[in-house]
Amino acid sequence: MVRVKLWGSLRSLANDQEWVEVEASNFKELLDQLSQKHPALVPQIKRGVSLAVDGVIYRDAWFTQISDENEIVLMPYMVGG
Amino acid sequence: MALDTQKKRDFKIIGTRVPRPDGIDKVTGKAAYGADISAPGMLHGRILRSPHAHARIKSIDVSAAAKAEGVKAIVTAADFATPDDDGMIDIRDNCLALEKVLYDGHAVAAVAATSKAAAKAAIRLIKVDYEILPHVTDVDEAMKPDAPVVQEGRALENVPVGMSQNVTTHVEFGHGDLDAGFAKADKIVERTFKTAATHQGYIEPQACMANLGVDGRGELWCCTQGQYMVRANCAEILGIEASQLRVTSSEIGGGFGGKTTTFIEPVALALSRKSGKPVKIVMTREDVFRATGPTVSTSMDVKIGMTNDGQITAAKAELRYQGGAFPNGTVEFGAQAAFAAYDLEAVQTLGWSVMTNRPKEVAYRAPGAPTAIYAVESVVDELCQELNLDPLDVRLKNAARKGTLSAYGPTFNEIGLVATLEAAKAHPHYAAPLGPNQGRGLSCGFWFNFGGNTCVSLNLNGDGTVGVVEGNPDIGGSRASISMMAAEELGIPYDKVRTVIADTTSLGFNDVTDGSRVTFAVGLATIEAARASIKEMCSRVAKIWGIDEDAVFWEDGHVKPAGPNAGQHPPMSISEIAAITDETGGPIAGHHEVNADGAGVSFGVHLVDTEVDPETGATKILRYTIFQDAGKAVHPDYVEGQMQGGAVQGIGWALNEEYIYGEDGRLQNASLLDYRVPVASDLPSIETVILEIPNPGHPYGVRGVGETPIVPPLAAISNAVSRAAGVRMSELPMSPPRVLKAMSK
Repeated sequence: MVRVKLWGSLRSLANDQEWVEVEASNFKELLDQLSQKHPALVPQIKRGVSLAVDGVIYRDAWFTQISDENEIVLMPYMVGG
Repeated sequence: MALDTQKKRDFKIIGTRVPRPDGIDKVTGKAAYGADISAPGMLHGRILRSPHAHARIKSIDVSAAAKAEGVKAIVTAADFATPDDDGMIDIRDNCLALEKVLYDGHAVAAVAATSKAAAKAAIRLIKVDYEILPHVTDVDEAMKPDAPVVQEGRALENVPVGMSQNVTTHVEFGHGDLDAGFAKADKIVERTFKTAATHQGYIEPQACMANLGVDGRGELWCCTQGQYMVRANCAEILGIEASQLRVTSSEIGGGFGGKTTTFIEPVALALSRKSGKPVKIVMTREDVFRATGPTVSTSMDVKIGMTNDGQITAAKAELRYQGGAFPNGTVEFGAQAAFAAYDLEAVQTLGWSVMTNRPKEVAYRAPGAPTAIYAVESVVDELCQELNLDPLDVRLKNAARKGTLSAYGPTFNEIGLVATLEAAKAHPHYAAPLGPNQGRGLSCGFWFNFGGNTCVSLNLNGDGTVGVVEGNPDIGGSRASISMMAAEELGIPYDKVRTVIADTTSLGFNDVTDGSRVTFAVGLATIEAARASIKEMCSRVAKIWGIDEDAVFWEDGHVKPAGPNAGQHPPMSISEIAAITDETGGPIAGHHEVNADGAGVSFGVHLVDTEVDPETGATKILRYTIFQDAGKAVHPDYVEGQMQGGAVQGIGWALNEEYIYGEDGRLQNASLLDYRVPVASDLPSIETVILEIPNPGHPYGVRGVGETPIVPPLAAISNAVSRAAGVRMSELPMSPPRVLKAMSK
């Protein structure tokens, strides 16, 4: 079980929780589980999210390994100029 | 991408200032930009644009234009397909309006004719029957419940019910107990800021030449930050298969984020398909201002509490960004970046994206961050003034560092903010005396950076030289830096490597040149491609010598025996290996494909002295010094150029640049005479101090440097002007009339 931190405006879509717990060992499983447990997050997940694992930001890396040892933070999908 | 497993190395080429490969072509006029491409039988395209800020298109009558001399094709939105994705539909509808024109300058129809003059004359013959609608161009006005609605039904699920339909996105970031934090403060400053929309100001207007047959096979040449993005957009908008469209990027005369989308390319392709001829479209400067994307304009509230000794106890910001006539997410990045430089117990940032009747906002270096950090750093500076504290000491006291819980969520790893602040404090600039009407300002800046999808091929030529093929337009010196990294890894001279930019059929997909990603991600892929070719060369030489592969190693462009047990073999050079590839198994190439992560965030600090003329309100920049963590500076000239360029664009943003709309919703200053960008005589010599705190996510420690430098200038200059003028400035640009008005209060 990993703990995932949601940014502020997502919390109202996940029962007002800042941290949610899901059973996942990689980024894809995390997205799948979040979608299943908190369907209101699906529109944002479909638009795109990034994942910060111990401070390193990943944009699309489904197979990034995660565990309960990691700090995991959901972030908006990164863009640049 | 895993961290580099090699031991720390002494670089031979990385960090040197080798000649740029495109320099001679650019100064002699040989370099081919978007408008330089022509083809036999080519037609000239011209686009009709809306004179109204907001109107319904009742009808478009092209009959007279179609009969005009030289006219070969006319297209409207009806000539486009219907993509599946909302974002792509927005891009399509921005290229040619479908049912409504949403801003002054919105494209309505286009003509291809045998000459520029014929095309220009023909668009005047197109009759558009408009039903004029109420418009709104100001962000605060657009948020009011009774504001004219730009587009209906575009709000995301995160926008509370009851707001104007122009509000499309709401975001919130932060942590901690704000009330408790503010209760601990000895001093609280709360202030409202406004910033004008500014354009990226690239010198080269958008230009393209399209050749698309009725069979759906085509070629497109264009100036862009991403040829693969152009291919994807055009294929969807034209309803053709991506494989049938080859897109080649020209040299690019600046982009800064503004060329990360399409405007004229689908239009030129549609005209070509209809006429059966190649069609070239070159935007005028007026078109560029009216119809390509500037950055957001903003309205922002910031509240920060501080103790008498400079400890920030709580911080809150509310950001309202208008991004033109279509939804955009730029405020997400402003909201995340706003307080990134600080270690805060209690922080909250709220953001709202708003539609107005202005051109669709497009990314501009570190999109969203400069304005948010301008507001935050202005309030920090005001608190320092009010509490009589040194602004650098206050920033050092509150600086984010390794282990800080960032305001946007994650905990920071190794970051370079404290090092840049300490470098600024130790620099002679910070202690230099100031004269009358002069002020010194500083600001921290931050940007995320990212890596992204990248393909690189590295080919060993028969003479031992090397060709590198990459897929990102060279917007900031990447051909030099990529060649340097290939040469470094291979242990051969820089001038033995040539890097070229592939068209979309010659290499796998690459993300757009943005996010400060190219030196980081393409460099990483190049190093891996070089390593793959080295492995192959070692394998072949080992076979020649009749020893195991692990009994040889690569050093300085040679395969060498690993030790006495490997036998007495003279080292084989890359040239010798290249000369016998026919006999050893065929051509040798390395390639690498990756969606790179681990780019590493970046911080910078800008220090600026200004003098304000009390009679005119005019500001002169006296001295400017930049401190930035570059990870490892591959080519210091280019790194310094990025830092200086960001500062110059920031100076324009802070002092002069502004989209000015009239009561009629029309842009009043769509020319470089009326929209004033800085020129050389406005600027002092801009000093740069590169700090090198290696990024552990790159084999050489590289991190992106292209976007962070535009983040601090707005606040640094505003703080300097505020101190020089003796009044706190809170609106950009700080044009002379605005400064004079503030001083007279």
